[in-house]
Amino acid sequence: MKKKIKTLEQLEQFRKDIETLEQLEQFRKDIQAKRDPEKTVISLCAGTGCLALGAEKVAVALKEEIQSQGLVSKVSLDSIKETGCPGFCERGPIVVIYPEETCYLGITVEDVPEIVSKTIANNEIIERLVYKDPETKNRVVRDSEIPFYKKQQRYLLGNNSFIDSKSIEDYISLGGYSALARVLADMKPEKVVQEVIDANLRGRGGGGFPAGWKWHSTRNAEGNPKYVICNADEGDPGAFMDRALLEGNPHSVLEGMIIGAYAIGSSEGYIYVRNEYPLAVTNATLALDQAREIGFLGGNILGSGFNFDIKIMRGGGAFVCGESSALFASIEGRSGEPRAKYIHATDKGLWDKPTNLNNVETWANVPLIINKGARWYSEIGTEGSKGTKIFSLVGKINNTGLVEVPMGITLREIIYGIGGGIPKGKKFKAVQTGGPSGGCIPEAYLDTPVDFDELTKLGSMMGSGGMIVMDEDNCMVDVANYFLKFLEEESCGKCTPCREGILQMRKILDRITSGEGKEEDLDTLEWMGDAIIDGSLCALGGSAPNPVITTMRYFRDEYEAHIRDKKCPAGICRDLIRFSIDPENCNGCHLCVRICPVEAAKGVKKEVHTIDDEICIKCRACYEVCKFDAVKIT
Amino acid sequence: MEDKVKEIISRYDSDKAFLVPILQDVQKEFNYLPNNALYRVSNLLDVPISQIYEVATFYKAFSLTPRGEHQLTVCTGTACHVRGAPVLTSHIERILEIKPGETSKDLSFSFDTVGCVGACALGPVLEADGEYHGKMTIAKSNKLLKKLGKKVMTDEEED
Repeated sequence: MKKKIKTLEQLEQFRKDIETLEQLEQFRKDIQAKRDPEKTVISLCAGTGCLALGAEKVAVALKEEIQSQGLVSKVSLDSIKETGCPGFCERGPIVVIYPEETCYLGITVEDVPEIVSKTIANNEIIERLVYKDPETKNRVVRDSEIPFYKKQQRYLLGNNSFIDSKSIEDYISLGGYSALARVLADMKPEKVVQEVIDANLRGRGGGGFPAGWKWHSTRNAEGNPKYVICNADEGDPGAFMDRALLEGNPHSVLEGMIIGAYAIGSSEGYIYVRNEYPLAVTNATLALDQAREIGFLGGNILGSGFNFDIKIMRGGGAFVCGESSALFASIEGRSGEPRAKYIHATDKGLWDKPTNLNNVETWANVPLIINKGARWYSEIGTEGSKGTKIFSLVGKINNTGLVEVPMGITLREIIYGIGGGIPKGKKFKAVQTGGPSGGCIPEAYLDTPVDFDELTKLGSMMGSGGMIVMDEDNCMVDVANYFLKFLEEESCGKCTPCREGILQMRKILDRITSGEGKEEDLDTLEWMGDAIIDGSLCALGGSAPNPVITTMRYFRDEYEAHIRDKKCPAGICRDLIRFSIDPENCNGCHLCVRICPVEAAKGVKKEVHTIDDEICIKCRACYEVCKFDAVKIT
Repeated sequence: MEDKVKEIISRYDSDKAFLVPILQDVQKEFNYLPNNALYRVSNLLDVPISQIYEVATFYKAFSLTPRGEHQLTVCTGTACHVRGAPVLTSHIERILEIKPGETSKDLSFSFDTVGCVGACALGPVLEADGEYHGKMTIAKSNKLLKKLGKKVMTDEEED
């Protein structure tokens, strides 16, 4: 908000301006009237990924260049929007110039003067900066025509490109908070709950529990106050869709929460967000202030008499706090240890009061359901899983990024159709879904439709939406061990099967990957896995063995190669591989000799080098640095 | 130190519920959680010191020992793992001669790993003093370490 509000009276005055649906619509029209759709708007991704690639410098350069080329009359500086993540992280920093929708990828500061003088001043396209299809070699100028986006249905993420993540006006101008206004004006709380039940919105955080029924239980539970919580403790490694939503379009999450609070009868809410997401914390905090200023939060929201406010809590870097009861403990100022699940959070959650917790993406779906209706929503997806789901497609994939697709799309369509397949012509091996609690799915099942139930049948799960692609160079035993190590560290230690069981399974895997595995280890892993699943208190332990169980089911040959042949077929496990130099390819460039930290790589410049097996610590530095494919792993 | 702790607590209206964020702010202020600051927090919030320690030792974000001038963190998320984060971690361990979670004796570097920073397109990611550096290789990490004042051999140097 540009308007500065300094006193309580001013706040009251301003808030009174918008008390009805009509007044909100008028406010929206006023914002829209100030905007000329024909005028140039530049949208620049300023999400975490693009910022790391230098987006901030590009933004500064764009502003300077527009000024120095005297184009301020054509493009006002506040029409350069620093937006949230549109999803195509692989090709950042991304600039889209409207109304032509010209999309430039992989921008650097050096490209900026040309973009301004050619495209912004003269509508001229710079060919080298537009998307080039790797197969057809066709160039695609318009953002929405790029195959990566074209095959998605971006109801939640799509607005990220149009909204300056620090502007509530941008959100309102696109229809933001109209769902809230409608709910407050026309819908009884019970009706809102019923709408979400009818839409069959299932929790996007991993559990897949029907959100509407959770709201229903919390609404009908005894006790006051009731709490509404947004779980933004996105801990699954390789998953960042919640961050993109909260960072890029925080008001969509707030609007969902406020509607939920109204439906449930709650007056206090929390957003529990990872401290490792500093930009999400900043943008969400700012959004809360803005929403309070206009009167979407606080007392007597939009003149309805409904009161609700939200506080932000930053997490302390504990994965287990994504589990609801551990998250409550953390908000209460204690260590994040889960408790047994026979007490439902909807009855006794935070401070033992009825509590409704949903994750970021679930909340962001709510305004969409209200605006478009449960019937429209439930027509997207499969029988048991409705709507779209955002996946973070990462790992060994050409188009790394966030993809939003209707439930029921096949894994193959996501990985090859949208993700563009595996880089460097390597062979696909597995896709890991569901975070550390999920499993690895092999090629044979790539035509499985992706929804809550189908992935569970394969021994994996939807989880929060991480999708990590692995190729022939990834060792599945190593990957299973990776997840166990992660969970061993993140186990809170409260219950024995999880604390000790994961540790023992990890020790067995350590043995296998170091070439000391025994034939009976596989059976031991299997029964231990079952015992941990049965005996653990919370979902962390209850699903911890999944990565081991699924890799043993689908990639048993790799385990056997480690145990019987003492070989790591993918060339990853240090104790089972050796490095050597192929004299055919080595031209004596000396790079490996220079980078080797232990002087195992030896040789004179311009002569074939060698690697001393005795000294080599298998750090892979030589393999990584060699430009001639001369370092071989056997 | 007393005043600073008091000021931090007043930001949260001396509400015990905000113990975790209060400790985060204390850590931000002093770069770690000094013992006497914890006692002060215990006093002012009227929370037993045992509970303060329970929280301070449970969460990964907290350190009871002073942190180094530079903070290096390797992202060990799955995407970074499959793209070579373990190699990077052991390289940095070797150069700095410390393990994740430790600080060098001269307090110049602290080294950690983190579950995932969500910049998966850039994996493997090395975070240096809050800034993300993507597509890390051993050679690139050497350059970065050198920039931060660590003596390491980099590509450009002639031997």
